[in-house]
Amino acid sequence: MAVGLPENVFLTKLDAAASWARSNSLWPMPFATACCGIELMATAASRHDMARFGAEVMRFSPRQCDLLIVAGRVVMKMLPVLQRIWLQMPEPKWCISMGACACTGGVFDTYAVVQGIDRFIPVDMYVPGCPPRPEQLLAAIIEMQQKIKRTGTTFGREFAQRQTPSGPPPFDRDEVRRLQEATAVPGLEIYTPPNTTIGL
Amino acid sequence: MLELKALHDQFGYDITESRFRDNRRFLVPSAKVYHVLEYVWRELGFDTLADLAGVDYLEYPGATDRFGVVYNLVNSVTGERVIVKTHLNPPDLELPSVVPLWHAADWMEREVYDMFGIKFAGHPALRRILMPEEFTAYPLRKDYPLKGRGERHNFPVITRAES
Ligand code: SF4
Repeated sequence: MAVGLPENVFLTKLDAAASWARSNSLWPMPFATACCGIELMATAASRHDMARFGAEVMRFSPRQCDLLIVAGRVVMKMLPVLQRIWLQMPEPKWCISMGACACTGGVFDTYAVVQGIDRFIPVDMYVPGCPPRPEQLLAAIIEMQQKIKRTGTTFGREFAQRQTPSGPPPFDRDEVRRLQEATAVPGLEIYTPPNTTIGL
Repeated sequence: MLELKALHDQFGYDITESRFRDNRRFLVPSAKVYHVLEYVWRELGFDTLADLAGVDYLEYPGATDRFGVVYNLVNSVTGERVIVKTHLNPPDLELPSVVPLWHAADWMEREVYDMFGIKFAGHPALRRILMPEEFTAYPLRKDYPLKGRGERHNFPVITRAES
């Protein structure tokens, strides 16, 4: 080389170097609240072996983690806990929402279950399925690594631009539609006491 | 062995019995239910409260009362089982707590209170057990919609830029 660098020295951008290091040493925080958690454990176990992608260090303390994996449904009582855990994780951090329940509430369209965690915390990657197979979670982790390498910066500048919530607003049109659908079975109308308005 | 006649002699004739297969159910007015349960435990040895549940009979065919509370008792020596029921109507949704008789009633009464809003006088700590403390409705009542009244959306939204 013209500048006379020895052969074992590389030149790269600092952002790229930092993102490369981060993406290959993701430390997941498993937030496993339901059946998807079993699949998350299977992903970490020997057959599927998340360690192949450098993400095997499951830490049960948010202060040591940089990848939140929400596996399972989140109920009203658990959501403040989830938000606090997200806020306690140090920057830079990412979030994978695993399974139909974490993404949308799934079949649990009831008064206590939050209809998708992306309404209340930012989510980077959604994994569909009920439950997703371990391969799907691995695919999401690989995709997450590529996203970090593609967009990551040393000081997390890219996060400051995401100023809108990643999920739908609380009372979006979808929610109104679902509330209306609830009465669509003839003969099974929701009982409404006289002189009251329910819902919206 | 619990006999209806013994209850009639002790507590009056407004207690009725019904049977289904080997289930024996005694329907007791709510004012007398604590005395009946105390008698059943102290005199007849029903030492286990297997279950305590609430029922909402709103729009139930043929029902005349709104709420029911069901006590499921077992005599652990003889294996005998008995069900004691009582009915309640708003606005008077209060029963004496049976925690002094069976400690098992503690969490079950809290659950009935949480889901139906039936109060148990004398309970040591009648707080919500399943729903968050700040929840105001009673979700297992039949006039409460399955999808709630928007409580599940009532949280602050955290965006990526501010976290
Ligand atoms: S998506 Fe399916 S497997 Fe996952 S938590 Fe929900 S019900 Fe369970």
